[in-house]
Amino acid sequence: MNDFWKLLKSAPFAAKLGVFIILINVFAAIFAPVIAPYAETDVIGDMWDGGFWDENAPQHSPVSLLGTDHIGRDLFTRLIYGARNTIGIAFVTTLLSFGVGITAGFIAATLRGWVDQVLSRTVDVFMAIPTLIFALMILSVMGTSIPVLIVVIAILDATRVYRISRAVAMDIEVMEYVEVAKLRGEGLWWIIRHEILPNALAPLVAEFGLRFCFVFLFIAALSFLGLGLQPPTADWGSMVRENASGISYGIIVPLIPAAAIALLTVGVNLVVDWFLHKASGIREIK
Amino acid sequence: MSRLLTIKDLKIEGYQEEKWNGIVHGVSLTLERGEVIGLIGESGAGKSTIGIASMGYARPGCRITGGSIEFDGMDLAQASDEELRKLRGVRIAYVAQSAAASFNPAHTLLQQFAETPVKHGVMTFAEAEVKAIELYRSLDLPNPESIGSRYPHQVSGGQLQRAMVAMAMSCDPDLIIFDEPTTALDVTTQIEVLSSIKNAIKQHNTAAIYITHDLAVVAQISDRIMVLRYGNEVETGLVGQIVQDPKEDYTRELLSVRNVRHDTMEHSDSDSTILEVKNISASYGNGVRVLNNVSTKVTKGMTVAVVGESGSGKSTMARVITGLLPPEEGEILFHGQPLSPSFKDRSLDLLQRIQMIYQMPDVALNPRQKVKDVIGRSVEFYTGLKGEYKKARVLELIEKIELSDSYLDRFPSELSGGEKQRVCIARALAAEPELIICDEVTSALDQLVAKEILTLLQDLQNELGMSYLFITHDLATVKAISDDIVVMYGGEVVEQGSKTEILTPPHHDYTDLLLSSVPEMDPNWLDGVLQHRLDLEARGVIIHT
Amino acid sequence: MDGLTLMILKRLAFGVVTLFVISLIISLGVELLPGDLAQAMLGQSATPETLAAFRKELGLDQPMYVRYLTWITGILQGDLGTSLASHRPVVDLLGGRLGNTIFLAAVSAAIAVPVAVILGMLAALYRESWFDKFISMTTLSTISFPEFFVGYILVLFLAVEFNVFPSIAKLNSRMDFFDQLYAISLPAITLTLVVIAHMMRMTRAAILNVMTSPYIEMATLKGMTRSRIIVKHAFPNALSPVINVIVLNLAYLVVGVVVVEVVFVYPGLGQLLVDSVSKRDLPVVQASVMIFASTYVLLNLTADVLAIISNPKLRHPK
Repeated sequence: MNDFWKLLKSAPFAAKLGVFIILINVFAAIFAPVIAPYAETDVIGDMWDGGFWDENAPQHSPVSLLGTDHIGRDLFTRLIYGARNTIGIAFVTTLLSFGVGITAGFIAATLRGWVDQVLSRTVDVFMAIPTLIFALMILSVMGTSIPVLIVVIAILDATRVYRISRAVAMDIEVMEYVEVAKLRGEGLWWIIRHEILPNALAPLVAEFGLRFCFVFLFIAALSFLGLGLQPPTADWGSMVRENASGISYGIIVPLIPAAAIALLTVGVNLVVDWFLHKASGIREIK
Repeated sequence: MSRLLTIKDLKIEGYQEEKWNGIVHGVSLTLERGEVIGLIGESGAGKSTIGIASMGYARPGCRITGGSIEFDGMDLAQASDEELRKLRGVRIAYVAQSAAASFNPAHTLLQQFAETPVKHGVMTFAEAEVKAIELYRSLDLPNPESIGSRYPHQVSGGQLQRAMVAMAMSCDPDLIIFDEPTTALDVTTQIEVLSSIKNAIKQHNTAAIYITHDLAVVAQISDRIMVLRYGNEVETGLVGQIVQDPKEDYTRELLSVRNVRHDTMEHSDSDSTILEVKNISASYGNGVRVLNNVSTKVTKGMTVAVVGESGSGKSTMARVITGLLPPEEGEILFHGQPLSPSFKDRSLDLLQRIQMIYQMPDVALNPRQKVKDVIGRSVEFYTGLKGEYKKARVLELIEKIELSDSYLDRFPSELSGGEKQRVCIARALAAEPELIICDEVTSALDQLVAKEILTLLQDLQNELGMSYLFITHDLATVKAISDDIVVMYGGEVVEQGSKTEILTPPHHDYTDLLLSSVPEMDPNWLDGVLQHRLDLEARGVIIHT
Repeated sequence: MDGLTLMILKRLAFGVVTLFVISLIISLGVELLPGDLAQAMLGQSATPETLAAFRKELGLDQPMYVRYLTWITGILQGDLGTSLASHRPVVDLLGGRLGNTIFLAAVSAAIAVPVAVILGMLAALYRESWFDKFISMTTLSTISFPEFFVGYILVLFLAVEFNVFPSIAKLNSRMDFFDQLYAISLPAITLTLVVIAHMMRMTRAAILNVMTSPYIEMATLKGMTRSRIIVKHAFPNALSPVINVIVLNLAYLVVGVVVVEVVFVYPGLGQLLVDSVSKRDLPVVQASVMIFASTYVLLNLTADVLAIISNPKLRHPK
């Protein structure tokens, strides 16, 4: 923990900002029921009623920071619960996708031969299909439910994770220290666990950040299209969709959850950028 | 006429780990017209940096922070970008180490040759073409009329290197910077390129700065030599003086790297053969034979050196013996028992008895494992020692490789190249092997470090009595360490026998070519060897370049 | 046959295989559903008679391979089936919308490609300058923005506050070309912004990769001018990666269009696809997915082939 603070202190401003943004979101997601002034689906007023920007708004008895949404629920509360649902699902999906992708990628890189051929060719075909289109098709058959959503997106995303983890593992696998371990007579799992994984960790952590952003934006897009999380569950993508019609009257409510999505993605990207920069190091000088 | 180049108190810094560090700390040198100075030193000496600084150039991440670089009356350290641009290529030219990377893959050799004279307004394209053919011819390139229409990847390494020399000479510059131009080449090819360069610059009376780590190479071509270390000048002198009467200890060490003490053992009785390779043929699955009907054997406690140039199949032989590349034909006997072709089918006991040490200690050590874990795993895996016993054994091994116990908790990135190679040796020793295959173990190291490693290996053999199969392209190493020698060429064994048999004339023709190609400190050696080559060629020996 | 032709043929063969697999997945994806599609769509209350009739309509009573063959021959002959929701032929639903989507994508690409490539090159050439840093911060943010965020911000400022462009992109046949262009300006700008960010970052990286090669240092030390180094030495080698970047982003654009169409209620194929997915109107979904996926596959295929052709080492074999 001490190391973490030391590292963070030496980080550039952009990275600190990124960490700050992520921490706030994680905090909101974990403690949603404690922080939120209302319950997730409580109706407290009229539609699009009184934000801090609205001078003529009626003052609610309990303070409502951002006003209400299209059916009079407290926007701030919905936003906090939205953090919990949207980030939670994106996180679980990314974890699942990494579990599947890395396992398959490492196995392909270490075993090579027909295992690698079969896995890689299959993934090639899957990757040739655009993710959104593929997801839409499957959702139209299976219907939209949270488990279906998680599994479908995780599997589609795992193909990308497979590609990168296979490439990373391949780069490590040709190193002579892996050859030494093989010649020593070490087993497959020992080699993956002790020789490959520790060296693959840095690039894969960065990739985790990027994939999380992608999955998170993807789920938000699906929800925005009305095919992701279903009402009355609060979720940022659906909140944009539900309040979208307000924009024509100059009501900025739909922009608030959209900005929350953008902000978290920017935060993660800032941290990933810093991480990649640190990992690549400064060019060696002869 | 004024002096061509005067560098005074040159200081250069490089940006690393988020701060500027000195690379060159105040070096001065002078160069007359038509004179050749050799810059020599190990890695980190700053020789390359000084070389290109004399064109007023610092690589990205480097900066010139002090001193002056006066070229024909003009200070390049103060000159504007435009002034420098007009000078480069026309009056000062550069020859890089890797021609394959320094030629643009998108243009032909002639297009790249003509670019400098045409764009600087020195001559027309047609004139440049005539000049190119003339230079290609004087650099002994095959088909000088047509080779210019080829693309860089269509030409061999040695030819490409000469094409780059031609390109540098296109505008008859006053000064050429040669940055290790023969280091990446095979020893027999190196001679050709070296003599082409020597003739060409003598003929055009071009001054040159010749950068290399090999004192013997630089002795052939330079008038004077400057020895550098850690960005400082050690000493400067005429070639004869540096080679015969060096003033500094460091120079003396550099001169003596080729002499490693060797205690040759007598061959004992014949049944002590531990490894026998019988009629092995192998390929990498594309039908091209890399090894063809190779046989040899290794005797207990002896060192067999396998020597050859790139493509000779020497490293493939190591892969076949370790079982990484199962042979297509032939068999390998270990103590008279046939070994399984693939390492996967060999027992742990057999794997333990044959160990391997690699060329690049950087990639042979897992960057995420501490020294004690690298050695400890090998100890535990093979001997089953655990806890305190394992610790004690690791400590014993680290002493054997002449490092202290303070190294145990370090990661490979905290070790120097030589120290890494020592750890690799300890890892092999942990298995208590009978045979260690050493694949170019000193090639990636600086000369002085390489010498220490060879001495260590020799001492360990005397103490522990294991055999070495020593794969190398460097004949100096062969002379230093071997008991028996196997000479390979094009996947076949050309000649093999005891060290004295192979090294005493009369030689097999290829062995002769190889032996005579090793640069010697004698400044007149190059002229002598070229004559010798003509004799060899007259006898029909193929010299590939 | 030389290596170049062989590599291209291999790519083409892979493209064909991919399209075949996609068509299989699309037509037989129904099998993924545990239980029965008809049941799932009509709900538990449906009578056995309606179920049977519906199964027949979907062709579920026939074996899989028959269903696939019927479907694929239909597609190849331009018969895309009948919509379950509106009972109109799918071709009629798709026709005009496909044209609209192509129009929107083409306009966006026409703006995005030159702008992104030029800005990306400038950022690479003036690396570490304030311009580069500004560009890199801006694109990093834009990449992080969902399409609808960019879209609604534009609507708020350019349509609601300042009323420069219409907020809803309506097209009709009476409009001339410029009116149509005006009508789609907001969705086109949105798409452009989103794609430019990606394309610019990738172009910058591709050029930087070339600019750090030893042959660029060699050209500098030959005293070549900066502009010549860029045009003659860097560009021919950067061409292949940059072409790749462009085509990959066009493929991305084809998919990004779906969300943007929904934001601006644009009568395109994407909007139709999304509507049909929520109505579970399978024949329409299958047809639109096939169109989107084929375009995507073909564009990726083009990227691969162009990358092979523009590689000097492959063009001039040994």
